[in-house]
Amino acid sequence: MPKVATREAYGQALAELGEEIKDIVVLDADLSKSTKTSVFAKKFPERFFNMGIAEQNLMGTAAGLATCGKIPFASTFAIFAAGRAFEQVRNSICYPQLNVKIAATHAGITVGEDGATHQSVEDIALMRTIPHMTVINPADAEEAKQAVRAAALHKGPVYLRFGRHPVETIFDENYKFEIGKGVILKEGKDVAIIATGVMVGEALKAAKILAGEGINAMVVNISTIKPIDKEVILKAAGCGAIVTAEEHNIIGGLGSAVAEVLAEEKPTPIKRIGIADEFGQSGNPDELLKIYHLTAEDIAKAAKELKGKN
Amino acid sequence: MNLTNEKLQELTFMARTIRRHIVEMTAEAGSGHPGGSLSCSDILTALYFNVLRVDPKRPAWSERDRFILSKGHAAPALYAVLAEKGYFPKEELMKLRKTGAMLQGHPDMKGTPGLDMTTGSLGQGLSAANGMALAGKLDKKDYRVYVLLGDGETEEGQVWEAAMASAHYKLDNLTAFVDHNGLQIDGPITQVMSPEKIQDKFKAFGWHVIDIDGHDFNQILEAVEEAKNTKDKPTVIVAKTVKGKGVPFMENIVDWHGKAPSKEQAEEALKAL
Repeated sequence: MPKVATREAYGQALAELGEEIKDIVVLDADLSKSTKTSVFAKKFPERFFNMGIAEQNLMGTAAGLATCGKIPFASTFAIFAAGRAFEQVRNSICYPQLNVKIAATHAGITVGEDGATHQSVEDIALMRTIPHMTVINPADAEEAKQAVRAAALHKGPVYLRFGRHPVETIFDENYKFEIGKGVILKEGKDVAIIATGVMVGEALKAAKILAGEGINAMVVNISTIKPIDKEVILKAAGCGAIVTAEEHNIIGGLGSAVAEVLAEEKPTPIKRIGIADEFGQSGNPDELLKIYHLTAEDIAKAAKELKGKN
Repeated sequence: MNLTNEKLQELTFMARTIRRHIVEMTAEAGSGHPGGSLSCSDILTALYFNVLRVDPKRPAWSERDRFILSKGHAAPALYAVLAEKGYFPKEELMKLRKTGAMLQGHPDMKGTPGLDMTTGSLGQGLSAANGMALAGKLDKKDYRVYVLLGDGETEEGQVWEAAMASAHYKLDNLTAFVDHNGLQIDGPITQVMSPEKIQDKFKAFGWHVIDIDGHDFNQILEAVEEAKNTKDKPTVIVAKTVKGKGVPFMENIVDWHGKAPSKEQAEEALKAL
């Protein structure tokens, strides 16, 4: 299967849903060719609003549209959606529980060459601390497509995280995405790898590496970071050790969310794979994944270290 | 506009009632923002009792005109107006800012009937107003959107992002007021961080600009009519007002921005009103 970026799936899903759900309107901040909202804009020009390079106003306008029954998809790069406009998202969208979907593309370090200013590795942490916010980080194009539909049908604010870099295909059309549900992609008993977003593909590869060394790893995909699926995390904890993997700062993201559940419900040894609380740099996405220790090999190594501890 | 004497008296009396509520409710709460609430009382009275197409029995009526108090700290004025209009019992006013109360320190649309937008963090109201005006255009509805900003609030960059967008999308169904009382928490706006001349800045962004005395009902209502008749561009009504208007010891005093009157001061204020 060819690799596809989740942002591509976002643009296509939006254009399809626009036909079906007439209340959908799309806003962008001068990045429609990159966020792929241009696909929707071409099809439904009257329901597309380019707000220019002004993300705070983008979020506030989306909030106003939502009070009038529209379902706005406010799109821009993750660092600007979650970072620059954080307070507008908090006060104008989440506090009044308005039905705004924030579609954040170019998340993570795999934005690559643009460097640290454009690599959003804090957005999951920021967004999941806001009450009423649902946070979804799809693993591949199929899941991204289904997540866009689920977000449109969900009442209330949703943060959707998409990547720029093409990723492995994990799911086919038979998959049924559900907000708040994690999925066990591979059963196992020695160690569990819980991954999100573009790291799910790496997690599956890590399980293969581990299998070659006689370690039977469970692999879990968690695309809804909030509300998080406690049940699947506790099942994973049954393996006795957990590695989390995310293209995000290890502080505040999936690893933290999983650790919170484990600490309260079933203390389990855990190792978090992610950006080690540092800024990124310019470079080829695949090289960056290696430099920042976000590869299948890094996950497998962490799993073996944990096993050694047990 | 030449209001009949009867109408003028009615509005004047209502504005006085609103001001009395503001003094009483902030005194009871022991905190709040009387100065900027008193400065915009006449504008809110004129809008709710002579302009807005609203129905307190149907707060969510889709055809209603919208009002957003972008300077959300003037909530006491808006709450008083909504209570007098019949959106909720007047007894709620005296529970302002108290635990479990319907009336939060700053407007919360989820908790208070009649509120069209949650506000309080400055600079965000005009963006929401743009969204409502865009939705109105998209749905071919004839409702109008009104938003009230503070003059100090225009120091926020988001206001100008929004002002640019209102003009870009030719939102002639949108009318903004600037409550131009000249003072902010730390002092006169011209000393803290001057946004002057506010009129010129809106004009440069493509707005129709009207200057009025914000305590003169004839001028307020005339400006609203002019805004309704202005096509292809949004209108801003820059209303010269007096902070603390109506309470002599509060008028033009910076300190009354965010301080509640004591019981004795409240009594003195009520005598003056």
